[in-house]
Amino acid sequence: MREPGVSGAVLAVNNLEVVYNDVMLAVSGASVEVPEGRIVALLGSNGAGKTTLLRAVSGLLDVHRGAITKGTVTLDGAEIQRLAPARVVRRGIKQVMEGRRVFAELTVEENLRVGAHVSPRGIDQGLVRVYELFPPLADRRRATAGYLSGGEQQMLAMGRALMSDPRYLLLDEPSLGLAPRLVEQVRDLIVAINQQGTTVLLVEQNASMALSIASHGYVMENGKVVMDKPTEELMADEDIREFYLGSAGEEGSGSFRDVKHYKRRKRWLS
Amino acid sequence: MSTFAQSIISGLGQGSAYAMLAVGFVIIFKSTGVISFAQPALMAAGATLVSYLVFQFGLGFPAAVAVGVLVLAGVGLGLERVALRPLVGRPVFVAAIVTLGLDTAIRAVTNRFIGPDLRPVGDPWGYDRLELGPLFLQHRYLAMIVTAAIVLAALFTFFRYSRVGLAMRATAFDQETSLAQGISVGAVFALSWALAAGLATLAGVFVAAGSGVSQGTWVVGLKALPAIVLGGLDSLPGAVVGGLAVGVVEALVQTYQPVHAPWLGGNFSLVAPYVLMLLVLLVRPYGLFGTPEIRRV
Ligand SMILES: Nc1ncnc2c1ncn2[C@@H]1O[C@H](COP(=O)(O)OP(=O)(O)OP(=O)(O)O)[C@@H](O)[C@H]1O
Ligand SMILES: [Mg+2]
Repeated sequence: MREPGVSGAVLAVNNLEVVYNDVMLAVSGASVEVPEGRIVALLGSNGAGKTTLLRAVSGLLDVHRGAITKGTVTLDGAEIQRLAPARVVRRGIKQVMEGRRVFAELTVEENLRVGAHVSPRGIDQGLVRVYELFPPLADRRRATAGYLSGGEQQMLAMGRALMSDPRYLLLDEPSLGLAPRLVEQVRDLIVAINQQGTTVLLVEQNASMALSIASHGYVMENGKVVMDKPTEELMADEDIREFYLGSAGEEGSGSFRDVKHYKRRKRWLS
Repeated sequence: MSTFAQSIISGLGQGSAYAMLAVGFVIIFKSTGVISFAQPALMAAGATLVSYLVFQFGLGFPAAVAVGVLVLAGVGLGLERVALRPLVGRPVFVAAIVTLGLDTAIRAVTNRFIGPDLRPVGDPWGYDRLELGPLFLQHRYLAMIVTAAIVLAALFTFFRYSRVGLAMRATAFDQETSLAQGISVGAVFALSWALAAGLATLAGVFVAAGSGVSQGTWVVGLKALPAIVLGGLDSLPGAVVGGLAVGVVEALVQTYQPVHAPWLGGNFSLVAPYVLMLLVLLVRPYGLFGTPEIRRV
């Protein structure tokens, strides 16, 4: 694990355009920057192009008959958008896909071992770290992954990604389909992972969760980035509060305060 | 009683050859979603190569088998890379048709080398028998059973514990997620073909042991088809059980049917595996060990 906030290192998506099946424009001219050490949130409603942007970074567009038609993805200035997924992983970028996608027929520990495919020497160290972060996985290491609960599967998907000790973690809607208590747990885990030195690009529809821990946020709509601001400014924005935090007026200020409160608590803990 | 035991042993021996082939089919099917009809030709090619290594190049039988398996594994790797990889993402039946083409081409080349006659593979067993009380057990069947058991145990260990074996299982389950873990799925495809071709070579040597390899040997490879359907297309244990079951049923029918049910005809043992397959499918539509939902690429 490494020092957070190291100088100037950054994962950047520059003026990206992505087309599926040669015709369907899914992302047009999006730019996103993820400075090392941070948690950056990427928000947007269904079909906005968030997942597509992540696939462009991790090299998984091919599988979906998608292609980058314009723009670049750079890691510390070097272009990586033409690399095969395995190469991107070796550069230290790992995506946790929407819907968890655990290897249901494999055991918990086998799932984790697969996560260390590119760094077999780090397996033991990785297992220690993951079991420390996610104790329920340690208890069920020999269980078949398909029988885990939704929350446990999300932990497993995140733990599997961490096994190769990536610099950047791309999380696609980790809170999807989880009960509020579990969403909170996942949020705390993301913070913990970040504090251990992993940079996080967090795609979420649950904006209040994402903004409660991110330092910067992007909002996508129809394949474009329509907003790009530090979290405090985003949370003060009327449109954001209305459409994404679902909380204008009295009630809204309540949940808004909750979010703030959480941030303070987090600072005491660290 | 001793006739029965003898049929079982020879059935298991013959069946272990089918099992090797069937396991190859299933490995390719699980990782790529394609049924490779090239297995029978690879089997004949492997056995033929071993024959040449023994009689033209003077290698000992075990060394020849080892070299043959490795060379054919390389051939399998190459075939996948050149002929199959470009088809990834296309409908799987296109790839299946291409494997049929490969089968024909490999057989044409192999037949030239086999020539018109039976060509021995240099095995030390012939038809020698071991007398065990009232039983006469052929050495070659015992050797096949033992070899198959060792190879299958090694394969099991590979898939269960090794990094690459685990990557293959992960890929069989979910290709995209495997890519996201940094697994090179193309390499997994190539390795599946290499394993299948190596296993086919071993099966070819088993089939040819005692007699030899001829232009008709590849037909034996087709018997792996009822074996895999019987066991369940996507199950390795199923392929083993299916292969052994086909061998045993064939042997039992050969022994008893001419006496007890002559009205079924002279070559019923050739049909018996398919009858067994249909009976199993009536009860278990996905085979003995298959999973109901078969994943597509
Ligand atoms: N494999 C695909 N083939 C064709 N079109 C696709 C594919 N995947 C996504 N799209 C289209 O691209 C656009 C962006 O989709 P994307 O999945 O990136 O959105 P998203 O922001 O992740 O949405 P969600 O919040 O629902 O996950 C949508 O119009 C979608 O229909
Ligand atoms: Mg999405």
